[in-house]
Amino acid sequence: MNASTSLRNGWQKVFGAGAKSERPPPGDTSHGTILYLEDISVSFDGFKALNALTLYIDAGELRCIIGPNGAGKTTMMDVITGKTRPDAGSAWFGQNTDLLTLTEPQIAEAGIGRKFQKPTVFEQHTVMENLELAVAGNKAIWSTLASPLDSRQRTHIEEVLETVCLQDRRDMRAGMLSHGQKQWLEIGMLLAQQPQLLLVDEPVAGMTPQEVERTAELLLSLAGKHSVMVVEHDMDFVRSIARKVTVLHEGHVLAEGSIDEVQNDPRVVEVYLGE
Amino acid sequence: MQTSASSNLWTRLIAGERGTQVFLALLLTVGVAVPILHLAFPEGSSLHLSTYTVTLIGKYMTYALLAIAVDLVWGYCGILSLGHAAFFALGGYAMGMYLMRQIGTRGVYGDLVLPDFMVFLNWKELPWFWYGFDMFWFAAVMVVIVPGLLALAFGWLAFRSRVTGVYLSIITQALTYALMLAFFRNDMGFGGNNGLTDFKEIVGADINASGTRVALFLASALALALGYLACRYITLSRAGRVVQAIRDAESRTRFIGYRVESYKLWVFAFSAVLAGIAGALYVPQVGIINPSEFQPINSIEVVIWVAVGGRGTLYGAVAGAVLVNYAKTYFTAALPELWLYALGTMFVIVTLFLPRGVVGLADRLTPRQRVEQAVTA
Amino acid sequence: MKLLGCMMSSIPGVRPGSLLLVLLLAALSHCVAASEAPSFEQALGALATSNFKQKERAAGELVGVRHANTRAVLDALLEGNLYYRKADKRVFIAVTQEAGLELRDALTLQSAGTADAADFSKITTNNQLRKTLRSALASFDLTDPDAQVRLGAVNEMLRSLDADSVSILRARERDEKDESVRQAIRTGLAIADLNHEDAARRLSAVEQLKGSLNPEVFNRLTALVSTSDDGSYTEPDAKVRSAARAALAGIENSRSFYSMLETLFFGLSLGSVLVLAAIGLAITFGVMGVINMAHGELMMLGAYTTYVVQLIMPQHIGASVLVAIPVAFVVAGGVGVLIERGVVRFLYGRPLETLLATFGVSLVLQQIVRDIFTANNRPVETPSWMSGSLQINEAFSITYNRLYVVLFMLIVFVILQWVLKKTSLGLKVRAVAQNRAMAKSMGVRTEWVDALTFGLGSGIAGVAGVALSQLTNVGPNLGQAYIIDSFMVVVFGGVGNLWGTLIGGMSLGVVNQFLEPHAGAVLAKILVLIALILFIQRRPRGLFPQLGRAAEG
Repeated sequence: MNASTSLRNGWQKVFGAGAKSERPPPGDTSHGTILYLEDISVSFDGFKALNALTLYIDAGELRCIIGPNGAGKTTMMDVITGKTRPDAGSAWFGQNTDLLTLTEPQIAEAGIGRKFQKPTVFEQHTVMENLELAVAGNKAIWSTLASPLDSRQRTHIEEVLETVCLQDRRDMRAGMLSHGQKQWLEIGMLLAQQPQLLLVDEPVAGMTPQEVERTAELLLSLAGKHSVMVVEHDMDFVRSIARKVTVLHEGHVLAEGSIDEVQNDPRVVEVYLGE
Repeated sequence: MQTSASSNLWTRLIAGERGTQVFLALLLTVGVAVPILHLAFPEGSSLHLSTYTVTLIGKYMTYALLAIAVDLVWGYCGILSLGHAAFFALGGYAMGMYLMRQIGTRGVYGDLVLPDFMVFLNWKELPWFWYGFDMFWFAAVMVVIVPGLLALAFGWLAFRSRVTGVYLSIITQALTYALMLAFFRNDMGFGGNNGLTDFKEIVGADINASGTRVALFLASALALALGYLACRYITLSRAGRVVQAIRDAESRTRFIGYRVESYKLWVFAFSAVLAGIAGALYVPQVGIINPSEFQPINSIEVVIWVAVGGRGTLYGAVAGAVLVNYAKTYFTAALPELWLYALGTMFVIVTLFLPRGVVGLADRLTPRQRVEQAVTA
Repeated sequence: MKLLGCMMSSIPGVRPGSLLLVLLLAALSHCVAASEAPSFEQALGALATSNFKQKERAAGELVGVRHANTRAVLDALLEGNLYYRKADKRVFIAVTQEAGLELRDALTLQSAGTADAADFSKITTNNQLRKTLRSALASFDLTDPDAQVRLGAVNEMLRSLDADSVSILRARERDEKDESVRQAIRTGLAIADLNHEDAARRLSAVEQLKGSLNPEVFNRLTALVSTSDDGSYTEPDAKVRSAARAALAGIENSRSFYSMLETLFFGLSLGSVLVLAAIGLAITFGVMGVINMAHGELMMLGAYTTYVVQLIMPQHIGASVLVAIPVAFVVAGGVGVLIERGVVRFLYGRPLETLLATFGVSLVLQQIVRDIFTANNRPVETPSWMSGSLQINEAFSITYNRLYVVLFMLIVFVILQWVLKKTSLGLKVRAVAQNRAMAKSMGVRTEWVDALTFGLGSGIAGVAGVALSQLTNVGPNLGQAYIIDSFMVVVFGGVGNLWGTLIGGMSLGVVNQFLEPHAGAVLAKILVLIALILFIQRRPRGLFPQLGRAAEG
């Protein structure tokens, strides 16, 4: 990339000029795969957080990622969402969207939504405002400054509110919600974005058993229409939703398969139980 | 349809917040009462307001506008700018250049074109950047454009590479410091140390006449009202919510698809323009602009106005600007040696005990209606 | 002088032109010897005459007695400012004023009021006498026991060489023991040889002058290769010209090398000041994440501490600065601990609020100092061991205060590194900086560590203030002038890294000094600030950023 195009890109990124034409295309899943991660390596201060990681997610799939602490799960999500740039490797969303050339908002617009490990809702905003912020639509400043939401977006928000059971909390400040409710709100925000691929980091941490059950139902219902990647420690939860599980260890894929296959894999047992 | 849309806007901007209503009512009262008390009652009457007082209140209003500008970026967007006085001063210089050129042959050296300080420095012709400032409209455009463009350029550099938090505060401080050093130089062509002063007239009117003072006062009041409503509109729009989301969780906002840099940039630039307009109204009222307006401490003082009043509420910023400046006027006249103690202590007390300023204090002392509403809803 | 005269007269091989002079000088000295060394007063009185011979003799006697006022009297005589009172033949140094003559007694150099010019008679000189006087003055200094004075005299003579001064120099060359003075004399003789009629002599002179950094050499060689109006060269011989050109090129090279070296050194000393100012900040900001806007005022306290220490021990200015260092550390460090306990500790994790609160503290500190010491600058004396300069060669000298500030900075830096790396406090500080919760659970008293860290950073600021008191004015605004620069250094160097601060400060100082001649002081500063703003947006975490998870958030 030469200096003038880099300058122009920088210009567009910051001033928002030409944002429409520049919007990345949605993931093209004509080959049945929505996410290609190939030979991704990331290192911090000599520590290899990801080490030649290769992973594919199929369109409509629900994939669980497990692995001990420091296996690189969060770093992998950071790479996919543009927060961290890898030292090597490639990351493609569908056939023709190179994730490594896009910024975080561009990746979000392209159709990848992310729920964080710690619930990060906007605590000063109401539940409704949180969803309004997240809802799919034109997110350029001139649009948000000039026009209110359209009726299609409003309907969609109502649907999401219902899905995550927060209808009667709509005007409450998000900071006053319980921990589980915050998790749900965040999932709701993810749904409002209408992404093709959902990255969900530890969705059931701090939830009551009933809430966990409903979350499992919700994620299962999403699969098919969307592709979902769930990172979770709770093995019961993983068992309840997983069709295919990937085990990460020291920055690369250790094993992949059904939950039973993975749990019986001696290498996985060794990693989890120690030598 | 048209009327319902505009009445809807009216409801949103004004009806929703008591502080705003109180502020606008007060502003209207002052805006009407001050000119009447000044012009209708003769000097010596106990109801007469002196030109000094009219100008003082007009000055407070320009400060209030500056405070709103800072509150918009700090209170709403979380950007602690320690360089906003620079935009204020640039707006002031643009106006000052117009006023200088209006002096014409009435200067000490009587040069038709060159301001006195240029004659004094033995300059033969007007520098190119002084062209056009003999026209009011041109100066008025520059008041908006110069601070706006500087803020865009600076913000583009800073926000694009995600300079945030205290780093950003420090480089805004460096920005105003660099400008101060630059404007102190004689060969910059802005009057050096002495700045621009000895103004005679503005759009044809004697700048010291009562009527002109009242007109400037009214212009300040109007600018304050419009600036306030504009900021209120922004903060209530969806964009305003995005801006507050950026303040609370910047990277989260990015992950749901907003170009955070672009939002920050435009808010910063708009705020700089407001500051520039405030400066442009300030200069004809106080009659001088010099490089000390760029002093780092000035920018920090503006931040403390906002902190004292209560950041994150526009009327809080106005209240803070008026309160602190009234205190400053009082102290510097009555107990000058105590002013810095008072200001310093104010910094400490407000940050330690009043995170939401006097407005927050007032809220705490009144029944918690809004919170209850929110809980029971 | 007597001795000198004898020696000079006994020097063989002196050129005929100057022989007369040497003989004269010798004669003068012998006369002195013969009349059993008259006092300064007697010699002075002998000047009050119209007889040039007698004046010449009297001048010789004045030189002979080596009186402290000899120089002033002879200078006055040369300039035509020496008079005697007609009434009592008393000699005065006088300047003509409107009201008459403004007098100084030549004997004591005390002012003697103003008097009517009619009562006085000027002691006149003729060409011969003036010539003798100049030479006498030069040789007066050339025989001074202090080598520095002799060197100065030689360099003075180099500026206006004539046959007489050359012969004096030639005579002096043999007796001179000091190598640098000898070198200067040889340079002078070679310069004189540049005008010799023999081209070979000139050539060897040029060869000899190669590498000399004396400005006179440069001027003479430049003159040698220049052309006059009609296009002809001043120097007829092409060989000499090309040798001169080569020599000039060499001189220019080494001159620009030394001037670069000098700029570099200025930059390093400025950088040292910046590092001293910034390094305490690097600790509070880098290790604790606390923005201390009162840092500049803590430096100011250090500077005022120096002033107070000097007030207490006025007899020992030399030692006072050394005493002030630990005192300033304790004073500023103590105030720092107070600030931490009173304000900062309530604001951890809220850097912007800390910034504002400590700014408030800085205003209060400034006003306190203003109330105690007034708003005027306080005079802090520089001890004698810090004044003067170290002359490396004619193109390069280093002032001691700049040299000491560099050394002082290095000492402070090393001690600080040692404290942070090798002591248990340092270990705890680093542990708290990396993981506060973990350190706490390991039994580190984090509150105590915070207070001490802040105190350490503040104490260093006080020590920096002692250094600043020797370099700038000590006033209530001292701190403000440095706070932005110090923050720039920390931000540039990278937070949480003392080496970054060192390299950051040094490079800022050097860059600033190298820009200054081209851009002027203020513009250089502006350029550096702008460059920094651009730099920060390229590398938001400075030159040496902390990487990995620790850097997040």
